[in-house]
Parts: sequence; structure tokens; C-alpha cells
Amino acid sequence: MSLFSKQNKEVFTAPLGKNNPVTVQVLGICSALAVTAQLKPAIVMGLSVTIIVALSNLVISLLRKTIPNRVRIIIQLVVVAALVTIVSEVLKAFAYDVSVQLSVYIGLIITNCILMGRLEAFAMSNGPWESLLDGLGNGLGYAKILVIVAFIRELLGSGCLFGYQVIPQWCYNHGYLNNGLMLMPPMALIIVGCIIWWQRAHNKDLQEQ
Amino acid sequence: MGLKQFNYNLRRFVNQIKPNVEKGGKFHAFRSLFEGFETFLFVPNETSKSGVNIHDSFDSKRLMILVVIALVPAMLFGMYNIGYQNMALGASLGVAAKYTGFWATFTYGLLAYLPNFILAYVTGLAIEFTVAQWKGEEIHEGFLVTGFIIPLIIPITTPWWIVILATAFAVIFAKEIFGGTGMNIFNVALITRAFIFFAYPSVISGDSVWVLDHTIFGLGCNLPDGATCATPLGAAAVTGATAFDWNMVWGLIPGSVGETSIIAIALGALLLIGMGISSWKTTLSVFAGGALMAFIFNKTGDSQNAVAMMPWYQHLVLGGFAFGAVFMATDPVTSARTETGKWIYGFLIGVMAIVIRVANPGYPEGMMLAILLMNLFAPLIDYCVYQTNISRRAKRIAKK
Repeated sequence: MSLFSKQNKEVFTAPLGKNNPVTVQVLGICSALAVTAQLKPAIVMGLSVTIIVALSNLVISLLRKTIPNRVRIIIQLVVVAALVTIVSEVLKAFAYDVSVQLSVYIGLIITNCILMGRLEAFAMSNGPWESLLDGLGNGLGYAKILVIVAFIRELLGSGCLFGYQVIPQWCYNHGYLNNGLMLMPPMALIIVGCIIWWQRAHNKDLQEQ
Repeated sequence: MGLKQFNYNLRRFVNQIKPNVEKGGKFHAFRSLFEGFETFLFVPNETSKSGVNIHDSFDSKRLMILVVIALVPAMLFGMYNIGYQNMALGASLGVAAKYTGFWATFTYGLLAYLPNFILAYVTGLAIEFTVAQWKGEEIHEGFLVTGFIIPLIIPITTPWWIVILATAFAVIFAKEIFGGTGMNIFNVALITRAFIFFAYPSVISGDSVWVLDHTIFGLGCNLPDGATCATPLGAAAVTGATAFDWNMVWGLIPGSVGETSIIAIALGALLLIGMGISSWKTTLSVFAGGALMAFIFNKTGDSQNAVAMMPWYQHLVLGGFAFGAVFMATDPVTSARTETGKWIYGFLIGVMAIVIRVANPGYPEGMMLAILLMNLFAPLIDYCVYQTNISRRAKRIAKK
């Protein structure tokens, strides 16, 4: 089978759209609410998860035939924990301020449902290349939602993007105010809800009877 | 032209328009709007097609109108108070208004109040009509009361765009998403206030938002920059409680538009309870819960905390407590529905409101949060009441 067959492309693109881990499978909501008050931590978080899902998918897929079925969860956790520790150390070394902002949420990637879900559902029964693609797709699908939510929250909540003020001072002088609710997690949940609403309204397949 | 003739002509006119807005007509997009006005003018003559139904002339449109009438005293007094506060603060700072007297004061308040009133209605109704048209449903009457309450529970200085945004947010996310009128979990008007409270805290708390500081068409007076006047409740949390004053009952104190006058609210309460629209059990138990909790804090609370030391009767007349107890806690959609449940629901609202006021000086208005919190628990309270009833009766059968 060729590397970029139609099937493989589907494995990569489905999680970005119709099978998005956040909006369709509703996984990883907790961190999506916690780190999306600003764009920068959201992007870093999205990339970290993408790297970890992709690599752990790859590793587990390579090991899948030697892992005894009874202890597979422990082995998956060890692999994920090792990768999370590496990412966390790299962030501390090269992007210290962002890693402080993300605080425990980098460590908590270990418990992110998307990871265990992909390892159990995909990597344990598919080849390494497909698993890598699947991991990349799911990580990027997660990152995509994080970036959309963070864009809206940072723009309306603090009038900034990447920390630079984008709403002109003129508006503030004429009575415009930042929306404080946008900086609170409940509003992130409402935004995610709106994205889900929009997506279901436009995809007949996703609508339940 | 006699009334009968007028009525006949109106009916004929409405019948002429009707084909245009029905399915396939030119103006189908206005069907919901047309239906709304038709049923406003005439009692609909559609009847149910199956079974035997007992029908009463008392439908939800009349119920809503009566609630609106009950709110009118609070609104009229609120308008007068807007003018009174502006001129009183002006007089205390040595700025005199050009016109004084009752009518100048009232007209000033009316002009200040009217934009908020219109904006709340236009925004909410526009969304209601759009959704009704989109889903092919009838327009519901629910917004009639909600739109009337919204401008009453916010400060008069709230910027116009925030009124629009908050109303739209509440109608879409607290009501339409849950399925429209009658399906909402939270009181829609309170969600409007809560949205403003959390999104734009600077326009609804503090001491500079309760009094208008400029003239309107020459009425009222221009206050100097930085002229502020805190609500007695807000002041109690910051600088210590003021002594009880009968103005707190009459309502000549700064605050959200409709909440200040206990007399005006009491008039509304008399009408609502007298007509059997709102439950006296809920209203009474809110006051009972509030009074008891305030009394407990008086006796056991921290003596340094001015809000805890405030006498219980003062707690009940300040802030939104009375307005909430009469108009918001009794909302038939979001309150508990069982009779026992109403006692529990109301009592806990009163208790929570005082606890929030005392324990968190950042939230001087505990009533809003208390009612929203208990809205959430109302179904659970009802469930428990049902279940205790069922198990009690089951035991009675088992005994025999």
C-alpha cells in the first residue's frame, strides 16, 4: 500500500473535520477550557499534544505485537509519560514563560483522553505509518479547536492577539470594554458548544435522530 | 365608526393579509410576525382536534400582561428615582438643575429609562421572531415579561451596546437553546444581569454607575467628574453600614432602576398574589429564609463585618432582595413546582442571598446569584418531594 493512499489521507484528515476529537468525540475538553484564554499557550499546548500523540502512537504501534494484552495500559502510560516528561523539559528549557502559564496542564497531558483513546482504538491494531498519521491528525484536530477558541477569547477578552493589542485605542476611548466573561472557563465551554452546534448544523451525518 | 364596525373592519383587513403570509405567499418570511399580531388582536379560533379539553380564557398572554402590570409601579417609581438621584447628588455638590419639581424629575427619568427599555425589547423580540420563523413555530409570549424586567434590574448608566449584547446572549443561550419559552432552566432576565455582572463588572458594580451625571434635553443637571454615590448595600461592604432610614423603604436611594422602592414592589406583590399568579409560599419563604439567616449572622457573625452586623430588616429592604423575592423567584418556569418544594426553594434562596452578601464582599448583590443557584436545584427539590411522597404512600399500603 502506498504511503499516501486514499485511505491514509482519510486517516489523517478525518480528525481535522468530521471526526474531530474535541467537537465530535468530546474528548480533551478540560484542557481546552483551561489553556485557551490566550493564543500563545493554546498553540504551544496544541503542538505539544500533537507531538505526544503522534510519537506515542508510533511507538505503541511498533510494540503492539509484543505487548501482553493484560498489561497494555501500563505500557501505554509509560510511553506517554516518558514523552510528556521530555516535552515538559524542552518547554522549560526553551519557552519558560509559556511553560509557567501552562503549569500543570502539560503534565496532565498524560491523562488526556485523546491519547489513551487513540492508543487503544488505533495504534494497537494498525501499522506504524498509519498510527503516526492518525496521531498527527488527532493532535492537529485538537490544536485547531484550541486555536479557534483561544482566538475568540483573547480577542474579545483582552483585545489582544499574541499579547499585542489589536482593538484600537479609539474604541476604548468611546466606551468599548473587554468582555471579562471571555477570560473565564465557562465562556470557553460555550464557545466550544457553539462550534459543535455549527459543525452539526452543517454535517447531516453528525445529526442524531 | 362604532367599536363593532371597527372590529369588523379590522378582522376583514387581517383576513385580507393572511393569504400573503401563509405558506407559498409573497411575504412568507413574516408569518410569525403576522401570527403574533393576529393572536394579539383576536382570540385564536383554532380548536384541538381530539379528545375533550377544558379551556379557560386565562392563557399565557393574559398571565404575562398581568405580571407586566404588577411591574409598572416599580418602573414608574424607578423613573422618578433616576431623576431624583441625579438632582439630589447635584444639589449636594452645589449644582442646581434648571427645572425642578415632580414632572421635571419624572420626565428626566423617563427619557433616561426609555432607550434601555426599547433596546431590551427590540433585541429580544427580534431574536424571538427570527427563531419562531426559522423553526416554523408560533411566537411565544415569554419575552414580554423578560424584556420588561431587564431594564429594571440594571443600573441606569449601563451602556446601550451592553444592554443589546447581554439581552441577546441571555435570550439565545439561556432560552432558545433550551427550547424556547417555558423550557429554560434559568431565569432569562437574571442571566442578562449575570452576563453583565461577569463580563463587564465595571458597569454594574462600584459606586460610580448608579447615578446619571449629565443633562437630557436640558433637564436634570451636569454633575462634575468623579461625582459618585454608592448604593447603601455596596457602601456597607466597603465603608461600613449606614443606619436604617425610611428612604430605604420608600426607595429614594441609588440602585438598579426597579429594585429600590419596597412600596412599589409591594403593590406589585399584592396584585400578583391576589390574582393567584405568583405563589405566596415562594415569596414568603424567601423573606423568611433571608430574615433568619441575617438574624443568625447578627448573633454569631464577625463583628468587624459590617454586612453581617446589618439588622435583618435592613437586609430585606436593601438591594435586589425584595424585587427578586416578588418577581424573579416566583417565575413559574424556573421555580420549584410542588407546593412543598416552593417552601424549600424559597427558603434556600433567602438563606443563600444573605450568605453570599455576608461571606463575599466582592458580590454585594447576593440575590441574583442565589436565585440562579436555586433555579438549578429546583428540579432536584421537586424530585425529592415526589419521591418522599411516593415512599410514604408505599409504606402506608405495606402497613395494611
